[in-house]
Amino acid sequence: MTDTRTTVQPQAVTLTVPSHPRFLYIIRSMLYPLAVDAGFGKKGARHIVLAVDEACSNIIRHAYGGDPDKAVTITVLDEPERFVVSLRDYGKKADRSAIAPRALDDIRPGGLGTHFMAVVFEAVTYDTSLEQGTLLTLDKQKQQVKT
Amino acid sequence: MKVEIITEKISAGTVVKLIGDVDMNTSPDVRTSIAEVFKTGGSKALLINLSGVRYMDSSGIATLVETMQNCMKQGMKLRLVEPSPSVRDVFELARLSSIFQIFPSMNDALNGI
Repeated sequence: MTDTRTTVQPQAVTLTVPSHPRFLYIIRSMLYPLAVDAGFGKKGARHIVLAVDEACSNIIRHAYGGDPDKAVTITVLDEPERFVVSLRDYGKKADRSAIAPRALDDIRPGGLGTHFMAVVFEAVTYDTSLEQGTLLTLDKQKQQVKT
Repeated sequence: MKVEIITEKISAGTVVKLIGDVDMNTSPDVRTSIAEVFKTGGSKALLINLSGVRYMDSSGIATLVETMQNCMKQGMKLRLVEPSPSVRDVFELARLSSIFQIFPSMNDALNGI
């Protein structure tokens, strides 16, 4: 898998922010117009923003253990058929065996972020083969209106 | 991005109005403000006005679920008022719309308290 730090993808928009929750709104502010421009409409764009924001929150919480001084890099690639959001962190690798959306009839706080990602995007892929950290890729087909 | 939290006592109970983004960064502030309402006591209903919420994530939902549980323990009514499109989105995706009592306006929410 390509490391997004060293390779520029054509037509990709990349932003790196510190791993403090107060910077999450910057990622949301960047992502919303890109999703609207990609043709998802306001509601679809809001759903994409929510799912990606949850993924970033999980990185801050789980990969970095709340350390606000690390880096989260988001890359957005708007292709004719697909809208792909990649999130790169350099913290603790994601434990794929422990990642599962909780049952929605289990009414309790927490555990919804993974559910949102799975509902909004067709493919959610965790690449933990990198030397450090995880590359999370969220892939949405444009012709499928899933949300 | 901060959230503004306005708490007001009315005869029917306590109104908490949230303005801004309710996310991982600001949910602790919302939780603290709502906890003050429970600590103060004396309210038969808690009305949370969500019309000014520009964005809400799962931590905001978690805060509301906790609030609902605390209201049940204390015998208080919880009513969510005028959820913005962003709030409606997250409720819809979490399939929580039927769990909460949600009202389109404050007048509607005040009926029957």
